[in-house]
This record gives sequence, structure tokens and C-alpha cells, in this order.
Amino acid sequence: MTARNRELAYLIVVGALTGLGFASVYIARQSEVSWGSLSYAAFFLGLYLAAHVIARVAVPKADPYLLPMAGFLTAVGLTEIYRLGPTDAFRQGLWIVIAVALFGAALLRLRRDYRLLESYKYLFGLGAIVLLFLPRLPGLGTTVNGARLWVHAGPLEFQPGELAKIFLIVFLAAYLREKREVLAQGRLKDLGPLLLIWGAAMLVLVETNDLGSALLYFGIFLAMLYIATARLSYVAGGLALFAAGGFVADREIAHVHERIVIWLHPWTTTKVFCPLTGTMTLRQDCQSYQLVKSLYSIGSGGFAGTGLGKGTFTTPDGQPLIPYVKTDFIYSALAQELGLIGVSALLLVFMLFVARGMKIALQAEDGFSKLLAAGLTFGFALQTFIIVGGVLRLIPVTGITLPFVSYGGSSVVANFLLLAGLLLVSNRANATQ
Amino acid sequence: MNRQISAVALASLVLLAALIVGTTYWQTWAEAGLAAREDNEIQRVAQFEIRRGLIYAADGKTLLAGRVRKQVGGQTLYFRRYPTHGFASQAIGYSTATRSRAGIEQEENAFLTASNQDLGTFFETLGDKLKGTTITGNNLILNLQVRAQRVAQNALAGKCGAAVALNPTTGAVYVMASSPTYDPNLMEQKGGYAKIQATKAPCHPSAPLLNRATQGLYPPGSTFKTITAAAALDDHVFTARSNFYDPGYCTEYGKHVSNALDQSGGAEAFGNISLFEAYVHSVNAVYCMIGQKLGAARVLEEAKKFGFYAVPPLETPANARSASGLYEKGKLWYPKQPQYDVDPGRLAFGQERMLVTPLQMALVAATVANGGIEMAPHLVKEVRSPGGSLVDRTAPQRLRTVLSPKTAASLRDMMVQVVERGTGTKAQIPGVQVAGKTGTAEICQCSNYDAWFIFFAPAQHPVVAGAVVAESQPNGFGGAISAPIAKEIVQAILPVASKAKP
Repeated sequence: MTARNRELAYLIVVGALTGLGFASVYIARQSEVSWGSLSYAAFFLGLYLAAHVIARVAVPKADPYLLPMAGFLTAVGLTEIYRLGPTDAFRQGLWIVIAVALFGAALLRLRRDYRLLESYKYLFGLGAIVLLFLPRLPGLGTTVNGARLWVHAGPLEFQPGELAKIFLIVFLAAYLREKREVLAQGRLKDLGPLLLIWGAAMLVLVETNDLGSALLYFGIFLAMLYIATARLSYVAGGLALFAAGGFVADREIAHVHERIVIWLHPWTTTKVFCPLTGTMTLRQDCQSYQLVKSLYSIGSGGFAGTGLGKGTFTTPDGQPLIPYVKTDFIYSALAQELGLIGVSALLLVFMLFVARGMKIALQAEDGFSKLLAAGLTFGFALQTFIIVGGVLRLIPVTGITLPFVSYGGSSVVANFLLLAGLLLVSNRANATQ
Repeated sequence: MNRQISAVALASLVLLAALIVGTTYWQTWAEAGLAAREDNEIQRVAQFEIRRGLIYAADGKTLLAGRVRKQVGGQTLYFRRYPTHGFASQAIGYSTATRSRAGIEQEENAFLTASNQDLGTFFETLGDKLKGTTITGNNLILNLQVRAQRVAQNALAGKCGAAVALNPTTGAVYVMASSPTYDPNLMEQKGGYAKIQATKAPCHPSAPLLNRATQGLYPPGSTFKTITAAAALDDHVFTARSNFYDPGYCTEYGKHVSNALDQSGGAEAFGNISLFEAYVHSVNAVYCMIGQKLGAARVLEEAKKFGFYAVPPLETPANARSASGLYEKGKLWYPKQPQYDVDPGRLAFGQERMLVTPLQMALVAATVANGGIEMAPHLVKEVRSPGGSLVDRTAPQRLRTVLSPKTAASLRDMMVQVVERGTGTKAQIPGVQVAGKTGTAEICQCSNYDAWFIFFAPAQHPVVAGAVVAESQPNGFGGAISAPIAKEIVQAILPVASKAKP
């Protein structure tokens, strides 16, 4: 079987699973969901088949598993978003259409040689910085949940950090390919750029108030630097620098400190000061409300979960139980409805995606391709770890999205571009072999 | 570069594997702990997804707690409705979305939500879960009798007080009334809680949520003479015929403790009188002397045999039941040296710092009625599955053996005479021999008294025993105020009870 036929077969499996998911939601929630919802499944199968046709034309030799896996993750997310709020699912659906269109455009435009991106590396670097600082602009950026990660322009909401991540990886892949020999020597004067990027990450931390975003960008940089130079001392030094920066941020930035306090002590037995209301309450009723409610959601899922559409996300008087459940906390919704079995399977798909991505990096011929594929894959893995780890209280909670699954246009678009990048590298590696 | 890529790949997979470990922790190890947290709304909502079991009165037909269906956020939730709007509200309690639960609704929540550890219920619930249908809780059928409970509530309306009536041989609670009462449906409404708290009553605070039958603490007054007499007779220190001289008062610590006032306004004085007659006419001076002879420790010991200093068992939350006994500064008091710390004479006729619950005094009457054996009181007759099959039936349970049959018989004869020709004549029912004891407890340096009556009937083959207390009645004698209420309750129960017997 050729790679593309294999991809087609898996996509049909994903389409069937999507249909099953929507059918479960329909059965569980007939009172407010119509049979029409099942057309979602058919529509998305059609959309993925279109993506598949483009892949057939543009990247015939590329890895056949990535597109079905991305489709699966998107479908799981969309099903859950649909279950939480059918109108949001419609908007998310539109974003997926846009994302697939951009994915197709990127594949077609770069199918001959994506390495031309290398020559625009500084443009990408500059683009990443501009994007990162967009939420800072007055009238454009908004503070959500204490962190400045969003841009509002009319009806459009956008998290530019998602796209900045892709730009940063392209820049780093090109830059490190060029400078890797020099950097590998480990001379003190060559450490400038390292410190510069550390400074930039810290600046991101200060500007966005978001420890997770800073960790994501800096982590991607360290991993790619390590791949390029093979020097573990860079990783150790970088982590130490980041820890130092984080320590200072904990002491100096109230929001960062709060996140760490919530992480360490989400429950209190005595009343503590609540800055949101200015009164004394238990911490679980104030700052750590979201995290605690999310943990309850995960816990109540238990081993097998409640089943799609049967979880509890509203109080008896109809109030939503977990703030931002569709975006940052979609994992806790999935954990309640799919249970340990379901979300473990979901995480295994994430792991498989990472394994395929890294395999592409190993197979690629040239340094830029290797760095690009490994960077994109590691970014994907680290982002998943940071958001789910936050939800699970392994690390302080942050406001970034779960790739492909969370509600949010920027996230879906960025991740489909990431997928396009991996498929392009894979196609080239397999074609030249 | 491939070596480094492999290392980064491994690190990535380890990070993601850690997420599976983390999820496993929260969904297995920590699950029970999370579910038990009281701010866990999911658990609370989950209980509303269950069609909560219904609660019926003893006839099995009168619905006391029903349910309504509501759509909330796409979920079908079931909320409580109480069609009787305040029938034994304090005993049954409530179950609301906002203020959680009380009473039987709290204590029997496992049955009502079908989460009880019963094999039949387990399989039924499992079947519902697998089919995805709504779980339905088990129904409760109480021992509370509609007519008798209504009679008691109506008789107490406008007063503060309580009435308890139960079957002395089985412990089945027929009546548990606490006044003022409230409409449990208000708990669910906006401002309803404040409305309940603002209920007007002749006592302050009116506290309608308080179950006065099990939580209300009152000086027992002369009803306590039953316990003093029991101690005297059981010890063979005295017999019913033992003679005393009543000068109208008893001297304690050099001071006169007077009898109740007679018509002319002076203390009654009976002169030569037996223990038996002193009980019938409720002569304080004589019981004061008996108390002094027995000693406070012995009287307290007898009270403990009846269950004082222990919380009586019942299907309501433990914090809604109080123990009877001596109270000091609002707390149950265990005197270290009763012979010095407690005034034996005043204790003997139910004053001192003795405080009792109506339920405890009902149990005292029931113990005498049942030949000295105290049965555990219970509100729930049986639990039935939604399909109607029996899940659980409360079997009569012997709580303790308190009196010898002989002592119990003597006390019964004394109590019969109280109603026949003593202080409790207002409880007489034509054709039925009623036994009882009045109590008129001092609560202040004023002319208001807590009016008591404890009773059982028919005296020879009792089917009902109980206690009635009306708080702070002006010039209120137990015989005048509470005995007629007891009579009405007994009349309401007797035809039902005699029909139930083969």
C-alpha cells in the first residue's frame, strides 16, 4: 500500500470515529442537539479528504499517519466543544476550514522546496517578536485570567503566541543551522545569542505574565540548541538561568507568584485574602477555584468516565462550573467524560504524533530540515505537557491551548501549519531516499 | 545530529508519559478524596441527576416528599417538592440545591439516591447505568401517622413545643411534631431561608428549623419523678406504700422548697401520704425527701439507665439530636462529686440543672409501658425499591433493659391513677385506660412554666406512648395544657393501631 492510500484508510477510520463521537453526544443530549449534528462528522470527513487530496498532489511521499492523527485530535476536540456549546463548535468548525485551507496553501506553495524559508529567517525572527508583543498594544491586547495572551480585533480573537511559536522555530532552525559549528565550540563570546534569547523569554514572561508561554519558547530554544550543538551544558545552563528568572518573577510579579501559590496550595482550611473580591475566603473559593473545579472534574471521570455528553459542567442553577473549560481546560472536560481509558488513549495519540515527528527529523537529510522537524515536534510535545501538566497540577497552570483539541482559531491554524511543515520535511526525506 | 534528536524525542515522550501518570493519580488514587470535598459541585449535581426516592407516611399513600423535573444546562435534574408544605418538617428535613440536607433526607440519603450497599439496589443501579437510563432512588415509608401528626401539629400551633408518640413495644415513631414548623419548599426559594427564620412564635428565637422533639432541652419538672420513683422502687429502699409526712415543703440546705400552690394561694400540704399517692398528686416535698435519701448519684444513675447522657438513636443526623442530663453553661455536665455538687431534692422532682428532650421523656414513658424494656425509636418503617419490592424493613430493636417487670408494673399503676384521679385527669378517654404523668417545670422567677405530659395507652396493653411539652405557658400546668394534647394524639392513633393488630 502506498503512503497516501494508507493515509486515506486511516482518515476513513477517523471519520467513522468522529461520527460515533457526535452520535454519542446526540444520544446523551437529545433535548438540545438535533440529528443535524451528525452532518458535522460527514462535513469533517469531507474536509479531511480534501486535505488528503492536496497531500496526494503536494507531498505524495510524506508520512501517512500524521494527517489522520491530527484529524483525530481535532475531531475529539470539536466533539467535546460541540458538547459544551454547539454554537462554539460552529465557529471552531469555520476555523478548521480556514486552517485546512492554509495548510493546503502552504503545502502547495512550498512543495518544491520549503528550504527557501531559510533565506527569510530574520523576517521570521522579527515576526515572532512582533507577534509576541501584539497583546501588549493598548486597545488590541486583552488580559484574560491575569495573563496577556490574547488580541482582539473586532469580532476576531487571536492568540498571536501560537503563530509566534511556529515563526520562532523556523527562525531558530535556520539560524542554528548556520551558526551551529561556531556555537558548538562553546566560546564565551558566542554565548551572546543564547543570553539574548533568554532575555527575550524573560521579557515575554514579564510582558505576558505567563510562566507557561515563557517556558514553552525557551524550552523550544534549548532543545533546538542542544540538537544543533550537542552540548548538554547549554541545556543545564539555560535551565539554571530560567529557574533564576522564574525565581525572581515569583518574587516580583504578583500574578506569577499567585500562580505558584495556587499550584502549591490550592486548598486552604483557613480563610485567606482574596484579591478578586477583597474579602477573606478559602483559596479554593477564590484564586484556585478554576484549578480545583477542574481537578474535581478529572476525578469524577474515574476509570471509565461518564460517557460523552453525560458529564457535569454546570451547577444546579445553571452556572458554568469550570471557567475556560473549552480552551485551557478542555482536558479536564475530556477526562470527566472519557475517563482514564479515554484520555490515556488521547495522550497516546499525542505520543505517537511526537514519535512520527521525531522520526521525520531523524530521516531528514539536511540540518535545517532536521532542526525544523525536531523543533516543531518538540514544540508540540512541550505545549501539550505545559497545558495538561498545569491542569493536572504537575506544574503551575498556564493559559495556553492543547494542540488541535482546544477551542481557538489561532491554535488550530498554527497547528495545521505545524503539520504542513512536518509533512513537507517528511516528503522530501522520503523522496530523496 | 541524530543522537541529540533521539534524546529530545525520548525526553518528549517521557514528558507526555508523565501526563498519563498524573491523570492516573487523579482518577484513581485521589478520586475518593476529591469526591469527598464539600465544594465538589459535580458530586452534588450528580445526586440531582438521580430521581430521588419518595417519602411516604405510614399509610404508604400520603406523599411527604416528591420530586419535580427540571432542565438545567442540558441536563435533566430532579429537585424536591414537599406536597404537604410542612408535615413533620423537622424530622423529614429537606434536600435542596443550595443548602444541602437535613433530617431523614440527610440521614437516609444513601437509600434515597440508591447508593446504599444493598445487592438488589446495586444491580438495579448498575443496570440503569449501563443502559444509560436515569437512576431512581429507593422509596421510604415512615411510621409517621398522617392523622395523629396533624392533630399534634394543630394542637401545638401558636405555641412553642414538641410532641412525640411511639409504639412502646416496637419503637415505631408515630408522631414527631415540633412547633413552630416551616414549609421545606421555602428552602429552595429566594429569600425563603430568611422567611423561615423570621417565623413568628411566642418564643425567641422561634427557630423553626430546630427539631424540638429531639434537640429541644427543657427542665422535665415532675415527669422526672417517674425516674426517682423507679430508683426508689428498684432498690427496695421504699415501696409504693412507704409513708411520708408532707408539711408542704422540704428543707434543703436550710431553706424551704415548697410544694405547688393550692387554690387559696398557699403551698399545698398533704400531711401523711404514701410514695404512691405523692406521685399521683405530684407532691414535691415527698420526692425531695426521697431524693435526699437516695442521693443525687443514685438518681442520676437511674436516669442513665433510661438513656440519659446518651444521644437516643434515630434516623436523623446526630447533630440534630441531644442527650438529656444535667447541663452547665449550655454543655452536658458530668458532676465529679454528685453528692456535693448536685442538689438531690430538687433533682428528684426534675429541677436542678436537669434538661431533657421530649424524645427522651417519651422513651421513659414507653419503657414503663413495655414492662421496663426500652425499644430503639425509629422513623422509617420500610425501604422499597422503585419497583415496589422490599429493600429493608426496620426490625424492632431492644435498646436496653431498664426496670424490673415489677417496678414497671408499680409505675404503671401510679401513672394510671394520675389520669384517673390525680393531676392528669384531662387526658382521660372514655373506654380507654390512659396512664400519664404531668410536669410543670419552673423556667424563671415568673409565673410561666414549661407544661409537660408523658403518657401511654391503653394502660394494660399499650400501643402508644409519648411526651408533649409546651414551652413557657402562663400559669401553665402540664395537666391543663399538655394532657389534652396527649389525649387527642392517643385518640388519633388508637383506632389505627387497634385495626393494625390482628
